[in-house]
Amino acid sequence: MSEAQDYRYIGQRTIRPDGYDKVTGRANYGADLTLPGMIWGKILRSPYAHANIRSIDSSRAEAHPDVLAVVTHQDFPDGGSRGSNQSMNVLADKKVLYHGHAVAAVAAHTEAAAEAALELIDIDYEPLTPVMDLKTAMAQNAPLLHDTMFTSGLAQDPTTPSNIASRMELKKGDIEKGFSEADVIIERNFQTPTVHQGYIEPHATTVRYDEDGQSMIWCSTQGHFDVRGSTASLLNIEHSNLKVVASEIGGGFGGKTTIYLEPVALMLSKKTGRPVKMVMNREEVFKASGPASASRSKIRIGATKDGTITAMEAHLAYEAGAFAGSPIGPGCMTVFTPYDVENQYVEGFDVVVNKPKVAAYRAPGAPQSEFACEMVINELADELGIDPIELRLKNAAREGTQTMYGPKLKAVGLVECLEAARNSAQYKEALAENQGRGIAAGFWFNIGGVSSVSINMNPDGTGTIVEGSPDIGGSRASMQMMAAEGVGLPIESFKPLVADTENAAHSDTTGGSRTTFATGMAVVEAAQDVVRQMKERAAAVWNVTPDQVDWKDGVAINTVGEDKLTAAQISAQAGRTGGMITGRGNISARGAGPSFAVHMADVEVDRETGKVDVIRYTAIQDAGKAIHPGYVEGQYQGGAAQGIGWALNEEYIYNEDGLLENPGFLDYRVPLASDLPMIDTVIVEVPNSFHPFGVRGVGETGIVPPLAAVGTAVSNAIDIRMTELPLSPPRVLKAIRDA
Amino acid sequence: MAKTHVTTTVNGDAMEFLCEPGDTLLQALRNELGLTGTKEGCGSGDCGACSVTVNGRLVCSCLVLGVEAEGAEIGTVEGIGDSDKLHVIQEKFLEHAALQCGICTPGLIVSAKALLEENPDPTEEEARYYLAGNLCRCTGYDKILRAVMDAAETMRGDV
Repeated sequence: MSEAQDYRYIGQRTIRPDGYDKVTGRANYGADLTLPGMIWGKILRSPYAHANIRSIDSSRAEAHPDVLAVVTHQDFPDGGSRGSNQSMNVLADKKVLYHGHAVAAVAAHTEAAAEAALELIDIDYEPLTPVMDLKTAMAQNAPLLHDTMFTSGLAQDPTTPSNIASRMELKKGDIEKGFSEADVIIERNFQTPTVHQGYIEPHATTVRYDEDGQSMIWCSTQGHFDVRGSTASLLNIEHSNLKVVASEIGGGFGGKTTIYLEPVALMLSKKTGRPVKMVMNREEVFKASGPASASRSKIRIGATKDGTITAMEAHLAYEAGAFAGSPIGPGCMTVFTPYDVENQYVEGFDVVVNKPKVAAYRAPGAPQSEFACEMVINELADELGIDPIELRLKNAAREGTQTMYGPKLKAVGLVECLEAARNSAQYKEALAENQGRGIAAGFWFNIGGVSSVSINMNPDGTGTIVEGSPDIGGSRASMQMMAAEGVGLPIESFKPLVADTENAAHSDTTGGSRTTFATGMAVVEAAQDVVRQMKERAAAVWNVTPDQVDWKDGVAINTVGEDKLTAAQISAQAGRTGGMITGRGNISARGAGPSFAVHMADVEVDRETGKVDVIRYTAIQDAGKAIHPGYVEGQYQGGAAQGIGWALNEEYIYNEDGLLENPGFLDYRVPLASDLPMIDTVIVEVPNSFHPFGVRGVGETGIVPPLAAVGTAVSNAIDIRMTELPLSPPRVLKAIRDA
Repeated sequence: MAKTHVTTTVNGDAMEFLCEPGDTLLQALRNELGLTGTKEGCGSGDCGACSVTVNGRLVCSCLVLGVEAEGAEIGTVEGIGDSDKLHVIQEKFLEHAALQCGICTPGLIVSAKALLEENPDPTEEEARYYLAGNLCRCTGYDKILRAVMDAAETMRGDV
């Protein structure tokens, strides 16, 4: 589809259909459901970062009149996935692996009673030395988290266990030859901290197990079908016996793509015969849900004097938390993708440490590695005396660029984003004393996947869009607009509905920036199916063939006669022409177009305190086609704000015993309204040829560039190359004083 | 321990509830009165998702005891706007796409209303500092500020 195509509904700034419920407090989130006879569950968590569990004695708790049930790892049923990493994360088995690791759960009549009863569970721990950072974890003779874990991906199978879960490498061209051609080579080491997605809504669920084996889970999740799948396999339940209802979701950013409370609540419900509600408090969210990997990286980039980059090399190590599985893969795959450079090499390590198991966080793995790369690119630009935008333009990935990880890029918008940055109002602003500017690019793949949509046409000609993708940031509005465009009826004619696992076919989790792309494609297919059936019904009424019927603006037109029938007329008599009309779009979407972004940060540093203020910010990104520009801009701004927080203030602070010292919003400081300026946005639209309207995912890329944009801006403001995040006041002040 | 009987006014309606002495106003609103529009994000007064007014004063309801509602006038998000018409702040939030997930929205709307009642003509900076107690993790605040400033202008009758 071309950019020039005129759309009737797409591209408008409509009022989202779920908006009224959300501004009036009517919308129901994870903690908002109460069921008759409901009781409360709470989780007992490890006071140690690393310890063996010698024994658990819950007899005192079970004897207490307030306590209705206690469960531990041993209560996972036979035939389920007891012993899997997920089961051991949900409830620890023989070891606790991080401060806050779940060990047991109690059900009682009230939340307070459940909380109080936790103290009645006696656990005999044998404390072990905590392993709190990559360096310690990767050292020879490091204390081991898992004595059965051997590093995979090595040339020779190791004979001794390790905290390194896996090693991977990617390469293209000849890296040594590339460096031998370079006039300038920059090499730097970088570190980024453990950070949290910081969604405002804590994890919450209400469940009910029924005597006939039917179970219901209500929870806040990005993917209720995955909650069903994981919980069913953990508890050995057939999918058809487990209904999962996705509540409204109060933020996730990748952190609500897994399960914590749901199977525990269901076990408590089965034991007590009562509905059970469980809600994490904020401290639990920080301690025991999945943050994003801390990282260490070494980047080496070489270029000729004219700014042609000849070689790029990266060595990356990511913390996985307590169990293997950091996003080191995407970290390696994305690190150099913005650059069309022949010789590239990257090596990556996935490493376990005594911190909570990481979860996805917006473009998982990309911010850490691309931060390091972009910092070096900016230093290289300075070294060569070339404008950082020009250096990027000279080496920018574009259509046909061979990526290190596999495919050649189709049409992408990086060059257009860079040009928009050069033309931006901010780029023309002069900087004052103690101010600095930083520019960085970012790349994220985006994904497609399975989406299932049906559009049920009502007798009055309106339609209900039944989808299975939780709406985390306004995607219902996009679905509505795409259905309207496809059928040719006004936007208000369609009501989107996020159905539960029994009322929609499986849809993959809302993640990977996939929903507006893939579920949108399913909506378009369902809309086309509605139109096809509408034409068939009209043809039957007129006694013509369907190909003799035209469809325009929601009206069937008889091309061999004078007749017209509106969608409402056809729908009203559908019961007499063959039954009601349902359009179906069950797809497995391929061709999610990658989205490139370029961000520009201007900061001012207070040299007395080390405090950094972001004074101007511009976020530019390729959306392919913005279905609802307001919510596309919102994704850019939100990603920028999270990235700014990552760059400037956010970090998990552990003491020497491995205990988390800042599990709250007071000490883990996410950006406040008073911390940020307005965030200017530019929507670049280079259409994705795989999508009927050209859509690319937009949700994730925006968190990638801010780390290096802000990092470079601060470095420039104080004229010191900063290499470790966050650039919090103590670190910046120390750098200024040490200089 | 015996529960305490509390008589109060919520959004203009006389209400009664029983609560434990240690229960917060937030817990009373959500669990006893079923007013779940007020959200809990932190329980420690850091996020503002539970913002309500007590006798006209903006507070975090997680930091107020339920028993303190005795004889007080409580205002929650459910009391903002009429059944057939949204309050202008609510309208502007929708027009400006000032919410994504929506969990912080009730608290922000309660806070923004309190701001504009105190200061009908705030500068952007004043609005940013007044709303600094309401965390939003989705939007980067840009569209929220635009919505609040636009609402202020409309409420002043400048447009």
